[in-house]
Amino acid sequence: MTLTDLANPTKFLALTARILPWLAGVTAILLAIGLYQSAMAPDDYQQGATVKIMFIHVPNAWLSMFVWGVMSVAALGTLVWRHPLADVAAKAAAPIGAAFTFLALVTGSLWGRPMWGTYWEWDARLTSVLILFLMYLGLMALWRAVEDPSRAARAAAVLTLVGAINIPIIKFSVDWWNTLHQPASVLRMGGSTLDKAFLWPLLVMAIAFSLLFITLHLAAMRNEILRRRVRSLQMMQANRVAFTSEVGTGSRDGNASQEIGAA
Amino acid sequence: MSLGPYASFIVTSYALVAAVVLLLIVWIIADYRRQQAHLKEIEASGITRRSGRSAVDIR
Repeated sequence: MTLTDLANPTKFLALTARILPWLAGVTAILLAIGLYQSAMAPDDYQQGATVKIMFIHVPNAWLSMFVWGVMSVAALGTLVWRHPLADVAAKAAAPIGAAFTFLALVTGSLWGRPMWGTYWEWDARLTSVLILFLMYLGLMALWRAVEDPSRAARAAAVLTLVGAINIPIIKFSVDWWNTLHQPASVLRMGGSTLDKAFLWPLLVMAIAFSLLFITLHLAAMRNEILRRRVRSLQMMQANRVAFTSEVGTGSRDGNASQEIGAA
Repeated sequence: MSLGPYASFIVTSYALVAAVVLLLIVWIIADYRRQQAHLKEIEASGITRRSGRSAVDIR
């Protein structure tokens, strides 16, 4: 199967049916390993056991931005290449991205209270992530508001690409402005500043959460394709009913016009 | 494994992540079953795809 074959929804569905069980299995195993390593990780000399929140907060924060990146590529696919699965991919990713962003915000808040002394601060990093969350909700609302999926796809694609400006702002907010949030400590020039005892569990959890996203995204895309199949069959059904009643009404109209003509 | 004085923050964080991820999984599975049920219902009423293949068959 080539990449272009995946443009065909039927072939895409066949592929997901084959790989989803394997993906789900590998994700579950990696999550179990990551959770075990997180539980066994030593306490930080400053933060104590609270550092364990990092193993779930950071993967969710990375994915909140990564999912918007995926949606931005899909938006290009919709606007430029008009790929049949592009808007399916974008629509299916939005609720999952919103969930990851929500978790990044809440776990960050729960980590911030004992470490910073506050649940929330209106600084650049926290505020820009909150804006990202609101943009996810806005996109989901837009998809629901417009009935025709292809019209909704174009509007959502434009909004997604405009919203992509927020991603570098989130990433570099800790460098550009003074914030309570610490600067990058894993993906940075000069390598990670994290000790290996924390870095390995974090990387395993990050890979596990990324696989979780891929699994959920493929499953949600499959659902969206089926939803469109339901919609097109319902339209065929409605057309058939309309045609049948039109034929019936048409014959009555014919009689009526004959009667008028007769009059 | 001792979680220290802030155990409630750590446990709440992990429990919340588990709950939201489970909710996502359940929602996606329920949505899949709902769409399959819709397709079966429509096919039972005699409407079929132009290709003639069953809409429910995804393999």
